[in-house]
Amino acid sequence: MIYLLQQALNALQLGSIYALIALGYTMVYGILSMINFAHGDFFMVGAFLCFIVATFMQLPFLPALLISMAGVALLGVIVERVAYKPLRQAPRVSAIITALGVGIFLENFTLALSPYPKHVPTIIENTTISLGGLTMSSLQTIIIVLSIVMMTVLHFIVQHTKVGMAMRAISWDKNVAPLMGVPVNHIISITFALGSGLGGVAGMLYSMAYPVIDPYMGIIVGWKAFISAVVGGIGNIRGAMLGGYILGSVEVLVAAFLPSTYRDFVAFSLLLVLLIFRPYGIFGKPRTQKV
Amino acid sequence: MTQLRAERVTHYFGGLCAVSDFNLELERGALMGIIGPNGAGKTTVFNIITGVYRATEGSIYFDGDEIIGKTPDRIVAMGISRTFQNIRLFNELSVLDNIRIAHYAGSRYNPFEALLRIGRYKAEERRIREHSYELLALFNMDVLASTTARNLPYGQQRRLEIVRALATGPSLLLLDEPAAGMNPREVDQLTDFIRWIRRTFNLTIILIEHQMRLAMAVCERLMVLDFGAVIAEGPPKVIQTHPLVLEAYLGEKVPV
Amino acid sequence: MDEPREGKLRWMPAVFLAAGLAVSFAIPQYNLLNQYVQLIIMYAGINIILALSLNLINGYMGEFSVGHAGFMSVGAYIASFLTVRIFPPGAETLLFPVAVTAGGIGAALLGLVVAIPSFRTRGDYLAIVTLAFVMIVKSALENIDAVGGARGFLGMNKMTTLPWVFLWTVLTVWIIRNFIYSNYGRGVLSIREDEIASSLMSVNTRQVKLLTFTVSAFFAGVAGALFAHVLQFINPRMFDIIKSTDMLVMVYLGGVGSIAGSILGASVFTILLEVLRPLEAWRMVLMPLVLVLLMLFRPRGIMGLREMALFVPSSDKSNSAGKVKQA
Repeated sequence: MIYLLQQALNALQLGSIYALIALGYTMVYGILSMINFAHGDFFMVGAFLCFIVATFMQLPFLPALLISMAGVALLGVIVERVAYKPLRQAPRVSAIITALGVGIFLENFTLALSPYPKHVPTIIENTTISLGGLTMSSLQTIIIVLSIVMMTVLHFIVQHTKVGMAMRAISWDKNVAPLMGVPVNHIISITFALGSGLGGVAGMLYSMAYPVIDPYMGIIVGWKAFISAVVGGIGNIRGAMLGGYILGSVEVLVAAFLPSTYRDFVAFSLLLVLLIFRPYGIFGKPRTQKV
Repeated sequence: MTQLRAERVTHYFGGLCAVSDFNLELERGALMGIIGPNGAGKTTVFNIITGVYRATEGSIYFDGDEIIGKTPDRIVAMGISRTFQNIRLFNELSVLDNIRIAHYAGSRYNPFEALLRIGRYKAEERRIREHSYELLALFNMDVLASTTARNLPYGQQRRLEIVRALATGPSLLLLDEPAAGMNPREVDQLTDFIRWIRRTFNLTIILIEHQMRLAMAVCERLMVLDFGAVIAEGPPKVIQTHPLVLEAYLGEKVPV
Repeated sequence: MDEPREGKLRWMPAVFLAAGLAVSFAIPQYNLLNQYVQLIIMYAGINIILALSLNLINGYMGEFSVGHAGFMSVGAYIASFLTVRIFPPGAETLLFPVAVTAGGIGAALLGLVVAIPSFRTRGDYLAIVTLAFVMIVKSALENIDAVGGARGFLGMNKMTTLPWVFLWTVLTVWIIRNFIYSNYGRGVLSIREDEIASSLMSVNTRQVKLLTFTVSAFFAGVAGALFAHVLQFINPRMFDIIKSTDMLVMVYLGGVGSIAGSILGASVFTILLEVLRPLEAWRMVLMPLVLVLLMLFRPRGIMGLREMALFVPSSDKSNSAGKVKQA
C-alpha cells in the first residue's frame, strides 16, 4: 500500500511536468491548428536558463523561476513572430517543417555554446518529510503544487478573462474572430507567451529534479508531453492536464515492471495505437472534412 | 429498368439530421433534378451516393448492388461519376493528366509492370492517352492538353470537370450545380449541352440545382429537398406550382 | 499521339550508363581522385537515393513523413547482419547486392505498416505517426542484443564501392521516374492535389499510398544498407530524427516533386556539409536555419514541381509531375 502510494506520488511528479509542457502544445494547436514541434526545445531552454541564473547569479528560487518563465515566454513570442507568422496562410507542411527546423536550431545552437552536459546547482534545500513510511521530498511537493497552481491560473485565464475569451473565439473560427474585433496577432502572441512560459517553468522544475541537463533533453520529454496532449485530445486544455497525469502513471507503471529501456518504446507505441484508433483523444472531437 | 434505388436513406452530422428518409427510384436514361434551398441536403445526397459519406441508415442499390459501405473509388468503377459544386480539379496538373487520372480504375497493368516498364504497360498507357485525347477532342479541348488546369478560364474548368467525370466511363452522372457562376445565356447553352452529353454517352443524369431556371428547362422529373426531407416530387410543371415548394423558396404565404 | 525524341536520342541513356559505370570503375582503380573525394561522392549518391525516396512521399504525394531515418536504419541493420553474420565468409562481397536488396525489402515491409495510418491521417498527424515510428525503431534496436543494442553493430567490410553507388543511384532514379509517369504515379499526384476528388475519379487511394510508401521505404532501406557498408559501423542513435531532418533539407532545398531537384539538393547538401566542416559545431546550427529560411522564402525549393527533360520519359511529353524545364 505504501509502495503504491509512493509510486502514485512519483507519477504525480512526472505527470505534472508532462502536463505543464502539454499545455503549450495544446494551446498553440487550439489557436493555430499547428503543432509547435519546437516546444520541447523551449522546455530545454527553460532548463538552461535556470542553470545560468543559478550558476552565475546564484539567484534564489522565485527570481530564477520568473526569469526562466519570462525568458522562454519571450523566446516563444519571437519564434512565432519571425518564423511562424509569415506561414499562417502557407501549406501546413511548411509550418511543420519550420517548427522542426526551429527546434533543431535551438538544440544545435545550445550545443555549439555548451558542448558538454551541465549540472544545475541546488536551488532549494531538499528536505524529506516522512508520513508513516511515505517519503515526500520538498522538491516533489513544490513541483506538484506549483504545477497545479499554474494550471489553475491558466484555466482561469482561458475561461474567465477577456483574453481567454478572445483565444476561444480564435480557436473557434480564425477568420470570423478578427471581424468581431478580436486582435488576432496580439492574442496569438499572448498564447505563445503563456504556453512557452509554462514550458519554461517545466524546464526549470525538471532540471531541479534531474539536475544533469543537455541540449537534446527536450526531444524525448517534449514528445512525451506531446503524447499527453494527444491522449487528452489536442487543443483541449483539461485534456492536456489529464493526459500528462495518465502518461506519468503509465511510465511509472512500466518502470516498475519492465527494464527502463522499454519506457520510451511503450510510450511511443501508446501514441501510435492512439493515433490510429482514436486520433482525437479523450476530450477531442473528430473533425469532418467538407466536400 | 431501375438503375438507382435509394431506400430510407438518413444521415446525421452529429445531432443534425442532414438527410431524412430519402427514397428514390431512378430509371436508366432518366434526367432528374434535385432542387431546394441552400443547406437542404442536396450535396449530402450526392456525397452519400458516391461514398464520401456513409449514410447513418438506409440502403442504396445501383444496378441491383448495394453501394453503401463501398469506397468512392469502387463506386466510381461501378459506373457512378460526378462533378463538384465548387470546382475540384487537380490544379497543378495538366489537362491531359486530369483526364488520365480518371482512367485509374480502368487501367490494366500492375505495379511491377509500371515500375519496370514491361508487359502491358506501354500498350495500356497508349490506350489511356489516346482515349483521353479523343474525349478532349470531342469537347474541343485537345489543344489545351498540356495546359495546367489552374490556368484555364472558369468556363473551361467547369467543362473539364465534366470531361473528367466522363473519362471514368460512367452510366450515371451526378452534376452538382453545373450552372453555378453562369449568366442566363450560358445557362441556356448548358441546357443543350447536358442533353447532348446524355445522348452521346448514353447516360442517366441527376442534376443538383440551386436556381430553378436550368432545372425546369432540362429535367424530366424534379425532386425538392428542404431541411433534408423530400417535400415534393414530379414533373417540372407540377413542381412549379406546388404550394410546399413555393413556401420553401418564398417563405410562408402571408394572409392578406 | 506525338512520339517525340526518337531515333538518335534513343541510345543516349545506354551510353550515359556505360560511361558512368566505366568512370566509376576507373576512379578507384587508377586513383583518379583522392580517397576523401571518393567518399564524398559515395555519400552524395546515397543522399540522392534518400532524397528521392523522401520526395516521393513529401513532394509528389504531398503527405508528410519524417520516418525515413527509421526505414534507413532497418535497411542498414538487415544488410549488415546478413553480410557479417549470415553470409559465408568470402562470399559476402559476391552476395552484397542480395544484402542491399534484402535491406530494402525489410524497410519496404515496414513501409507498408506505416502506410496504414496514412489512410486516415494527413499532415501533422502523419508526421507524428512517422516520428513515433522512428522512435520505436530506435528504441527497439537499442533493446536487441543480437545487433549490439545501444552499443551499435560493426564488422562490415567496406563493400560499398563507387560503381555500386552509381548503379543503385541510377536504378533508383529510373524506377522512381517510371513510377511517377505511370497510372500509379498520377494517382500519387492526384492525392497531393485533392485526395477526395482523387478517390471520386476512381483512384484507389489506399492502394496508391501502400505502393508509394513501399517503394519509398525500399529505397531508404537500400540507402541505409549502402551507408552501413561505407561507414562500417552503425548504432541506433545515427538514425534519429536529426537524420530525417537532413533528408528534409535535401528535398526542400532541391525542390519538391522533382527528380532533378532531389539530385541537386542532395549533392549541394553533401558538398556544403564538407565545405563547412571548419565551422565545427556551428555547421549543425546552419542546417536547420537553411531549412527555416527555405520554408519562409522558397517553400517548394529550387526546382519545385519542375523537371528536367532528361527525367521525363520520351513517351510522356505533356507530363504533369511538373513543367519540363529544358536543360
